[in-house]
Amino acid sequence: MRRNQVAVVGAAETTELGVIPNMSQIQLHADAALNAIADAGLKLSDIDGFATAVETPQQVAHYLGITPTWVDGTSVGGCSFMLHVRHAAAAIEAGLCKTVLITHAESGKSMIGKQPRFTAPDSLNGQFEAPFGVYGPPSMFPIPVLRFMKTHGITHEQLAMVAVVQREWAARNPRATMKDPITVADVLNSRMIAYPFRLLQCCLVTDGGGALILTSADRARDFPRKPVYILGTGESVETPMVSQMKTFDSSRAFGVAGPLAFKEAGITHKDVDHLMIYDAFAHLPLYGLGDLGFMPYEETGKFIADGHTRPGGKLPLNTNGGGLSYMHSGMYGMYALQESVRQMRGIAPAQVPNAKISVCHGVGGMFAASGTIIFTNEK
Amino acid sequence: MAEPARAKPKPTPETQHFWDGTKAGELRLQRCDACANVYFPPRPFCPSCASRKVSVFKASGKGKLYSYVINHRPAAPGFTPPYAIAVVELDEGPRMMSNIIDCPQTPEALELDMPLEVAFQALDDRITLPVFRPAKG
Repeated sequence: MRRNQVAVVGAAETTELGVIPNMSQIQLHADAALNAIADAGLKLSDIDGFATAVETPQQVAHYLGITPTWVDGTSVGGCSFMLHVRHAAAAIEAGLCKTVLITHAESGKSMIGKQPRFTAPDSLNGQFEAPFGVYGPPSMFPIPVLRFMKTHGITHEQLAMVAVVQREWAARNPRATMKDPITVADVLNSRMIAYPFRLLQCCLVTDGGGALILTSADRARDFPRKPVYILGTGESVETPMVSQMKTFDSSRAFGVAGPLAFKEAGITHKDVDHLMIYDAFAHLPLYGLGDLGFMPYEETGKFIADGHTRPGGKLPLNTNGGGLSYMHSGMYGMYALQESVRQMRGIAPAQVPNAKISVCHGVGGMFAASGTIIFTNEK
Repeated sequence: MAEPARAKPKPTPETQHFWDGTKAGELRLQRCDACANVYFPPRPFCPSCASRKVSVFKASGKGKLYSYVINHRPAAPGFTPPYAIAVVELDEGPRMMSNIIDCPQTPEALELDMPLEVAFQALDDRITLPVFRPAKG
């Protein structure tokens, strides 16, 4: 895909984040969409391309009252929205549509109008993982981490520091769910969830949503907001069964999507001013730093523990507070994208001064899928 | 309302040989006749070279502990926390999820790379699960 041909011209989250007991999941989609439409200065009838995940595109498009000529229902977990951005950029460039709306919403906490997740007993997951006591992401996502720690010499304290540093970012963000400072000792003494991970190393469970609007770069200058251009993109999938990953020392899906995006963007790691790595659990930023090629895996834990990703550090990471402290409705990728867009617009609560390039990396399932979007505010 | 039941596998035509094997006290894997790749989970073709000429064979049942979590909460129906959910690397190469029996479910007792051997745990008349215990000797 060519660089900077498509831009984000509208971006918004739901009016509220956190616990939203007065809205169903589909209404959270609509709330985010209407906020993004207003942000872009558009009408719903201007939208001719639509993408969403979990809910089908027809459900949400009909609820909103839009008639798209291009739809994408890619639903690969929390990074689905990175893939939607990539697909939308290609579709706009190919002339299939002009103005794409991407929505995410999840009533993750209040569970209103949300279908429960179900693993069919005759699926491969149902036959070869579910019978051994996996029960939701906390029992599955951390399964690789002990091997990763042993191979790369990562310590429990370093993995605790991931949560500590992200809480420092969240403290600067009025919309963050958790803002009180925490220490390594707080993390390592919090309630055990699935050894080696404790409560403060697991993501929040909240309600919310977000929406993005994309159009071609030549039209983007006519919109009220500063355009945020798509500089590079990547995507991949590996396996829905965490036990069947090629290795636990790295993520194949990350290692395909991330480098693809860097290559497409034509940038080096030194060019990156701001970084988001989807942090459903505390080990994901370490995998991301290694798989995206920022540094050898052995250095990732020390890099975070030494403070290089904290406010004022040389590589600001998860500046909204992340899934650990900002919010996590179940499919967090949209919120990572929203924070990258805010940073590129220069309006983030914890703004990185003069940031020009933002890398936004997402995971879907338990390392099952991955999508990477690289944004810039310079064309 | 009844307690939710423990998750139980429902075999498909492609996996029936595996579940027939565990019921008979055998851990069965598949090997590609064309490229010799040994793979899991079951399917009637080689995921490495796409050959449909594959054979089922009885695996050694030996392996080592590749990684695990000790799940505290929420616990799956039918499980009493804390319990380890392990990934075992079989001597033949493939890895599979399982549980570790005859071993304290603690970080001290569950050492990565410890040798393991298969055991069989009947859930009912139809389904027997492959689980692993620390290898003797």
